[in-house]
Amino acid sequence: MAKITLENLAHSYLPNPKSEDDFALKELNHDWVDGEAYALLGSSGCGKSTLLNIISGLLQPSKGRILFNDRDVTMAPTTERNIAQVFQFPVVYDTMTVRDNLAFPLRNRGADPSYIKERVQQIAAMIGMEATLDRKARGLTADAKQKISLGRGMVREDVNALLFDEPLTVIDPHMKWELRTQLKSLHHEFGHTMIYVTHDQTEALTFADKVVVMFDGRVVQMGTPQQLFETPEHTFVGYFIGSPGMNLLDAKVDGDTAVIAGTQISLGKGFGTPTGKTELGIRPEFTSLQFGNEGLPVTIKRVEDVGRHKIVRADFQGTEINIIAAEGESISPDMNRVVFDTAGINVYSDSWRVAPLVA
Amino acid sequence: MNKTVNQKAWFLILPVLLLVAFSAVIPLMTVVNYSVQDTFGNNQFFWAGLEWFEQMLASERMWDALGRQIAFSAIILAIQIPLGVFIALNMPKKGFWASVCLVLMSLPLLIPWNVVGTIWQIFGRVDIGLLGYTLNAMGVDYNYTQNFYAAWITLIVMDVWHWTSLVALLAYAGLQSIPDAYYQAAKIDQASRWKVFRFIELPKIMGVLMIAILLRFMDSFMIYTEPFVVTGGGPGNSTTFLSIDLVKMALGQFDLGPAAAFSIMYYLVILVVSYVFYTVMTNLDKRDGH
Repeated sequence: MAKITLENLAHSYLPNPKSEDDFALKELNHDWVDGEAYALLGSSGCGKSTLLNIISGLLQPSKGRILFNDRDVTMAPTTERNIAQVFQFPVVYDTMTVRDNLAFPLRNRGADPSYIKERVQQIAAMIGMEATLDRKARGLTADAKQKISLGRGMVREDVNALLFDEPLTVIDPHMKWELRTQLKSLHHEFGHTMIYVTHDQTEALTFADKVVVMFDGRVVQMGTPQQLFETPEHTFVGYFIGSPGMNLLDAKVDGDTAVIAGTQISLGKGFGTPTGKTELGIRPEFTSLQFGNEGLPVTIKRVEDVGRHKIVRADFQGTEINIIAAEGESISPDMNRVVFDTAGINVYSDSWRVAPLVA
Repeated sequence: MNKTVNQKAWFLILPVLLLVAFSAVIPLMTVVNYSVQDTFGNNQFFWAGLEWFEQMLASERMWDALGRQIAFSAIILAIQIPLGVFIALNMPKKGFWASVCLVLMSLPLLIPWNVVGTIWQIFGRVDIGLLGYTLNAMGVDYNYTQNFYAAWITLIVMDVWHWTSLVALLAYAGLQSIPDAYYQAAKIDQASRWKVFRFIELPKIMGVLMIAILLRFMDSFMIYTEPFVVTGGGPGNSTTFLSIDLVKMALGQFDLGPAAAFSIMYYLVILVVSYVFYTVMTNLDKRDGH
């Protein structure tokens, strides 16, 4: 188990990267604290897997250093790093039995046969495959194969970190929950550092203590699920996390008031005078529909009932605004105003959050 | 719902039927026809029953040719399959050099059989051939027209040169289809190079490898042109393989009946071996699945 430090780390798949755009992973400084469970969240192609492969040593970074417990391992091969990694698509050794598959990493490290036997049994129980231990891995279903991959990842107890690269993509939904819960309990039990790459926000928010959101090769925010929800540091975080994502509206901000397309609203806090492209970000959870002449004038386009609440899609001068209304709330087509709860308003300048001034 | 019955649809298979009839069935039947008859010339034939078959089965000449044939196929398979896989494993995976290798590898496959024979016939000649002359100048007694071993070695080296590429290309294609994640997982699991080959690469290329073995078996079992050009079956009968013997019998001695019986048995051997091979191969695939 180890603390993993990334120092000025950057990676480009091109031999001679020139501009910043050539980098799949932009310069990054980060500490992965020993024993924490992290989720690495972002859309496809944002550099999540690149970062993971650099940590596991499958990829040499173009720039920067990686330290395990302050020891430089940047150039060390995968075997020396003692890391377990599970990939998006199941990797099993077809000609081996399930048992041999699970024992493989231990045997390659010359573990004691009696220990291997016991440990394989434990892992098989964990992934629910005790009954199929002596079958050949070939011909099993995709989720059974992926469970074997997960099992092979977890079979070693002494690993520095466990890395998961979207491991549940091919698994049935009900099994997803189960495996995720098991991963979590495994984490509590053994305290491995875990990094879990995913593009599924639910998966990230339920699995991890800390979520690291990546966008375009950059880490845009790291925080607890609550921080990501309440104070997204970047408009991407606001938009990517939440269902539906944060509403973003072009605005002119001056102190504690904002002007959106001619309508003035109060922000409740002072923000100074941010420069650049200024936007107001407000989650649908902090908005409400009303009659009258307070707030922004909108027209309701449609209402979606998703069970626990309703999502109202409204139009404000060509921009869509999503509003979440409580299950029992009645919505009339005459409601023509949307009002923001000032507690939920964030101000962005060039996509980055502007911290409110403390009064 | 009533089924529409329209027997005219049978006419649609007529072209295929004709094609197969002329390309396979009729020629085969003429051979069958010869194999059960005897002739004393003048285009007069007499019924001979299974006599030719009995005669061929008792013929030492045929059993010797079969023995040589099996030895030849076994030797070239034992060399070409591992060598082809080894080459495929060491070929560059992508980029400029991968293309260069692919082109170089396919060159021998593009040369017609008799040209391959001629190349090696001249290459190995003691008087003017680069190989034959050099070996003899170095004091090696090499002469494929006189020495049994020299003749066999020449034919084997020639076949390896001509056909190993095929195995290598098939294995290479199989290797290319293995996703990177397998190699990455193997690294994470600390598998040795040998284990990567044994548990990842070999199982993944098994399918194409089986096809390569089957193709090479059938082809080498029917080999005619190259040994005919290089050694003509000699010295003595030492490189007289089945098809060379067959041609000698059918066209040299004009023993149509025995030659026809011989052909049919030859054909059946290849058919049976290929069938057994194919069945074993497909069952291997299925066995673990159920």
